[in-house]
Amino acid sequence: MNLDLIINKLNLKVLTDNKDFSQIQPSHGYVSDMLSCVMTGAGQHSVWVTLQAHGNIVAVARLLDLSAIIITEDAQPDEKTIAKANEEGVILLSTEENSFNIAGKLWELGLKDK
Amino acid sequence: MKKIRAELHTHTVLSPCASIEMIPPLIIAEAEAKNIDILAITDHNSIANISAVIEAAAGSNVTVIPGIELQTQEEIHSICLFDTLSQVSSFYTFIEPTLPDLKNNADFFGEQFVVDRTGDFVRREERMLISSANISINDAFLEVRRLGGLLIPAHVNRSAYGLLPVLGFVPQDIDLEILEVSKHVDPIEIFAKFPQLMGYQLIQNGDAHFLHEILGFNQFTVEEFSIQEMIKAMRGQDGRTYNNLYQIIKENNNFNE
Repeated sequence: MNLDLIINKLNLKVLTDNKDFSQIQPSHGYVSDMLSCVMTGAGQHSVWVTLQAHGNIVAVARLLDLSAIIITEDAQPDEKTIAKANEEGVILLSTEENSFNIAGKLWELGLKDK
Repeated sequence: MKKIRAELHTHTVLSPCASIEMIPPLIIAEAEAKNIDILAITDHNSIANISAVIEAAAGSNVTVIPGIELQTQEEIHSICLFDTLSQVSSFYTFIEPTLPDLKNNADFFGEQFVVDRTGDFVRREERMLISSANISINDAFLEVRRLGGLLIPAHVNRSAYGLLPVLGFVPQDIDLEILEVSKHVDPIEIFAKFPQLMGYQLIQNGDAHFLHEILGFNQFTVEEFSIQEMIKAMRGQDGRTYNNLYQIIKENNNFNE
């Protein structure tokens, strides 16, 4: 399981700088829109699925060393958030689909809870 | 300088969650009975009852501050306070196009009444007021400030619509200085539970949905009350000061629901 495969299978838009996503291997998945829950609940190297697009998501991803954030339902982080993510090496992905569908597809690809 | 007691978070019958007793004359009578000098009206995503409360306050010792409790796209509530009706109207014009066009289900959420200064029925607000405007708290903060007002994240410690549970910590890319904590917590003890609040100025309000929740914890020592004077008082600038009367009020009456 690598991030390149996830991006292609789920047809995700890459909002941050391109890199070799095939080298990034997420270990778990996590879904929540409450950042306080994410900080205690998501494991290291998780893919976090959320419709929260506020700039604080970047700090949370950095704190937990998450593999990527998938922002659902086309919620748009602002330019400052994307710039900050690039600076911090946080990968932001985006989709029109809702969090339920994305979580289901990740599970089918073999990504599980920690 | 004078001491001014202020309640800065009050709902009227326009907010679906507010009790039917939250009509202009009763709100003003309650505030006056509690020696509250300044009372902000902050209905959810709406300003339609502010004028009626201002009219009801005519001849009383209470001055009404126009405000709105805005729900932004992160599902965070913030009270936005202004000096003038025209400022709050400008802000409402800014957010109105971003509010979803959903019809209120009065049986489930509660009625939303626009009333006159006596509390008589004028119309029902059909749009669901408990919903998120499609703007970020950051953009709302900047627009409120541009208009001369002040955005204060409401009940930041509360799981429902509170900034800390939703966003984890206070955003660092806007100059938030003042935060509101809910009426159920000791404003001193809260720093132990939420150390990320250290360095911020905390105010406390009744977030009144019932008359007895109009509490007036905030005491400002200022020349005249205004948004700028209030900010100075919170910062302790130019001889202005802020006092939270929580302990005194808590000892004198039981305000818990």
